[in-house]
Amino acid sequence: MFAPIEDLYRLAPELVLCTFGILVMLAEPFVPRKRSGLVAFLALLGAGAALAATRLSWAHPGTAFYGLVRVDDFSIFLHFVVGAVAVLVILGSRDYLEREGLHRGEFYALVLFATAGMGVMVSAQELVTAFIGLEISSISSYILASFRRNVPKSNESAMKYFLLGSFATSFFLYGVALVYGATGTTLLSRMDSASGNPTLLRLGLGMIFIGLAFKVASAPFQLWTPDVYEGAPTPVTALLSSGPKAAAFALLLRIFDTVFAASQLWVWAIWVSAALTMFAGNLAALVQSNVKRMLAYSSIAHAGYILVAFAARNEIGTAAVLFYLVAYALMKLGAFTMVTHLGGEGERRLEINDYAGLGSQQPAAAAFLTLYLFSLLGLPVTAGFLGKFYIFNAALKSHLVWLAVLLAINTVISAYYYLRVIVVMYMREPQKEWAATPIPRAVGLVLVLTAAGTLYLGLFPNYLMEFATQSAVLPR
Amino acid sequence: MSLELVLFFVLAAMAIGGAVSLILQRHPIHSALSLIVVMVALAGLYLLLGAEFIAAVQIIVYAGAIMVLFVFVIMLLNAGVEARTNVSRMARYVGLPLGFFLTVELAYWIAGGAGRQAPVSAGPTPTRELARMLFREFVFPFELTSILILIAILGAVVLAKKET
Repeated sequence: MFAPIEDLYRLAPELVLCTFGILVMLAEPFVPRKRSGLVAFLALLGAGAALAATRLSWAHPGTAFYGLVRVDDFSIFLHFVVGAVAVLVILGSRDYLEREGLHRGEFYALVLFATAGMGVMVSAQELVTAFIGLEISSISSYILASFRRNVPKSNESAMKYFLLGSFATSFFLYGVALVYGATGTTLLSRMDSASGNPTLLRLGLGMIFIGLAFKVASAPFQLWTPDVYEGAPTPVTALLSSGPKAAAFALLLRIFDTVFAASQLWVWAIWVSAALTMFAGNLAALVQSNVKRMLAYSSIAHAGYILVAFAARNEIGTAAVLFYLVAYALMKLGAFTMVTHLGGEGERRLEINDYAGLGSQQPAAAAFLTLYLFSLLGLPVTAGFLGKFYIFNAALKSHLVWLAVLLAINTVISAYYYLRVIVVMYMREPQKEWAATPIPRAVGLVLVLTAAGTLYLGLFPNYLMEFATQSAVLPR
Repeated sequence: MSLELVLFFVLAAMAIGGAVSLILQRHPIHSALSLIVVMVALAGLYLLLGAEFIAAVQIIVYAGAIMVLFVFVIMLLNAGVEARTNVSRMARYVGLPLGFFLTVELAYWIAGGAGRQAPVSAGPTPTRELARMLFREFVFPFELTSILILIAILGAVVLAKKET
């Protein structure tokens, strides 16, 4: 018995990603060391083909494999996001891997597999499928985080990530088991109609929330983030902060919007978590001296902003989440790519004070970084501004005045540490001479794409916002 | 009391006793051996529920393969008796009451919702039914697991391969 061809169309992005992942693994031993760019190119081709395949599966909306996965505008939107993240990460990591002597085909294969896992997560309609997708994306991330094998700090952070991450996934899995015990089904759409034990259902949903809250790094489950983001190779940090986060948010949103019991139970948890996350991220970011750690705390804060839109519990909120995920992925990828390049061999130039004088020495690099930081802060004409504006709008429409006020306060707090980097870059004299290396072409392309995207969304958000609004209507 | 109920309580006591001993033992090998008791008791519980396939898998995979892996790792690392630190003392004074509190709370909640079980848990699930579910409705996650295993192998290669 074979699956109908329609089902395969609906699964096209994952099929393409896995096929290319395996091809990259197979090609790796046959490609001579000097031509290692070929493997990277193959991986890039795979990620690009996945975007094309997403376009193909868009033409075939509906459920596949007995209703376990579903292709709708929501899943397509996020498929585009994770696919684009994969393209940008692969583009931006080749020069880094060459520089650090880490160039191995397995890196790209893992990025492709992780993206396939995220794809499964965003279209899953059923918890076991979602769990396998989550595991595929998480385990690939653990391995990617430990790619710098001979750096002790990197090993330590990867070990922490692995242990805490496994702990969180087991929370998720235990929650799935309890939900199944309560309702007799793991299909999200059937959970409400099943007459089950409401206590077990609530316990299960609570545990699922904890598992996913860990993956999106929201307080009080955010403690792993700075260590892991600092220790992982910077291109991997760029991936971790954008792709898996978007996928975990999507899964959270899907459960939240489909299962009535979850939306009843979670709304307070999300309120509290959003407020805590914003403060935990922003206050800790104030005192960081390391750029990667500072950006890690800033990404915690951003998870808090996104949760504010969750708490709004309406379609405007969902659209705001989707828009923000794109804007956030663009600026974070750009910022981390810039940090990767500036870090130099062995990632040594990572202190904020090391950036002193960058504005006069490498004006282009400083300008790019300034743009990303402005966007992260949420200044007008950048994607970050409009993303925050939409979140505000959603929160106020749902009368979440307090949460909106907290968001505003946090934006002000965050201005300090984002602007500090800019001040150091342009107004301080350098204390130490750093060799200015030219920006490699692939890295330059990533920077131009992310910067253009950030500005484009800041000026003309309508097209993306329309798509996001259209995707926000989840079928019940 | 029926024989089934007696068996249930015996097995449940074995499982809980094994789990407690797993935590209290200070030598890793003793902990591992306690874990086997838990696994076997759980297999017995599954058998009581009429899930003979799950019981067999529990013995083969958990009590067999995974335990061998555990014991091998313990011996390879040559792990000795665990050391007591300040943190472990803190775990005793803070963790024990918290764990006790959680147990009482969960028991209270679950007992409160008892008698309203989902219809699916009624009656045994024959192996044939399980196979049909696994290879029809759930064939997609089942196949997807192969990618997961592939990644695990890939990870082992990446982390353990000699530098060239």
